[in-house]
Amino acid sequence: MLSATATVIKSVPKSVGALGTLVSRLNHTLPDLPYDFNALEPTISAEIMRIHYTKHHATYVNNLNIAEEKLAEAMETKNVNQVIQLQPALKFNGGGHINHSIFWQVLSPNGGGEPSGDLMEVIKRDFGSFEAMKTELSNASVAVQGSGWGWLGFNPVSKRLRVATCANQDPLQPTTGLVPLFGIDVWEHAYYLQYKNVRPDYLKAIWNVVNWDKVAQNLHDATMAC
Amino acid sequence: MADATILQAWLLSFCYFTTVMTLKMPYEFIADQTSNYVLPKLPYDYKDLEPFIDEATVRVHHLGHHAAYTKKMNIALEQWTADSEVAHSMSLAQKPILDILIGLDDVPKKYKSSIQNNGGGYVNHNFYWSVMSPNPNLDDREPVNQLGDDIVKAFGNFSNFKALFTQEALSLFGSGCYVWLSRNPIENGKLVISKTTNQDSPLTDELQPILVIDVWEHAYYIKHQNLRPKYVSDWWNLVDWSLVEEIDNWWKGPNYDYHEEL
Repeated sequence: MLSATATVIKSVPKSVGALGTLVSRLNHTLPDLPYDFNALEPTISAEIMRIHYTKHHATYVNNLNIAEEKLAEAMETKNVNQVIQLQPALKFNGGGHINHSIFWQVLSPNGGGEPSGDLMEVIKRDFGSFEAMKTELSNASVAVQGSGWGWLGFNPVSKRLRVATCANQDPLQPTTGLVPLFGIDVWEHAYYLQYKNVRPDYLKAIWNVVNWDKVAQNLHDATMAC
Repeated sequence: MADATILQAWLLSFCYFTTVMTLKMPYEFIADQTSNYVLPKLPYDYKDLEPFIDEATVRVHHLGHHAAYTKKMNIALEQWTADSEVAHSMSLAQKPILDILIGLDDVPKKYKSSIQNNGGGYVNHNFYWSVMSPNPNLDDREPVNQLGDDIVKAFGNFSNFKALFTQEALSLFGSGCYVWLSRNPIENGKLVISKTTNQDSPLTDELQPILVIDVWEHAYYIKHQNLRPKYVSDWWNLVDWSLVEEIDNWWKGPNYDYHEEL
């Protein structure tokens, strides 16, 4: 288990009015990484994992805390303009934190192979076959223009699995309504040091480290929540 | 023997002069052909932008990314010009990519996305390579002449301009973007800073770009990793204001006269 090593900005309590006490200030922290930086090699290099976790994800966490501080102040002072102006920063950093927290969990050094049980049944039902799902998600992820994520999501209304993509750090659920089961980060920082511009190679390789147990758990939780 | 030496020196100078004179800058390729675009050669060696941009990055950026956009743009253009179903758009299809990006809204839906991404990718990188030159002696570089004056007029002073441009480059929510300095013809050539996402082009907004920084992660990740601010500050050392001025003059010159056609 790797503990969070990034610095996190702690909220300093300020003297606030009555409205301020209603605003709970969440203090986000970098979640523990469930394995060492080199655990996903050769699929994802230790260098990428180290920078991705300690720099990129940590920055989202820090900047989310900062944005939320500013949001609290804006709400206290009833500054609606400022509240709205903060939305892009909240979406970007909040989304970045959400997405990466999911990502570390759905990868595993013991991953790969194929899903089983209910998850496999549902994949076959909604895509025809496991291979068809892999192809659709891989193709969608390769085709993302610029930065974004490819997702296997659960539609809580239709109860079906869907492949979707989101731009930048837009989080899947608030953006599309789909519950994220498995995601692939296709920002260049997720693969560039190892795969350079050959994103398709990264997409081929990542299936070797998918943590199907966790994906199955995500599906189970999503189904139970309906 | 002195004569031979003089002759040699003269011949060498002549060869150098003609090479320099005939070396086409990448941005020039966007206006003078309509198909089978080639990946423009860089005006410097891959290692020459060190220590600011590393050789490995320049190689992959040029031979990987830029080359891929070039190839896919050529394919899209070929498919478009061969498609009888969209014959009404043929006159646009047969124009240089510069004009196609200006008239992007008129590209048939079938091809628009591909032209926007790949044509944009081709053109954006042509500009990016064209505004940089090696700076091994870490010279301080600033704009002069009319362009220098116009920057002061538009932004107060050069430092201010750099700060505003840098701020745009660092404030982008996402990667996959460019920041531009362009002239706006409908405001009498006023200088404006703008940004585009993915491979969108300011040409589509009818601006005339003269300076650009690529802030896609692939432009800096190998050397700078997540440290985008350091990349941007390193990049300023490579901006060659005489080249930016050349592009500025190119927009005004006889090589490019789209305004007369309007």
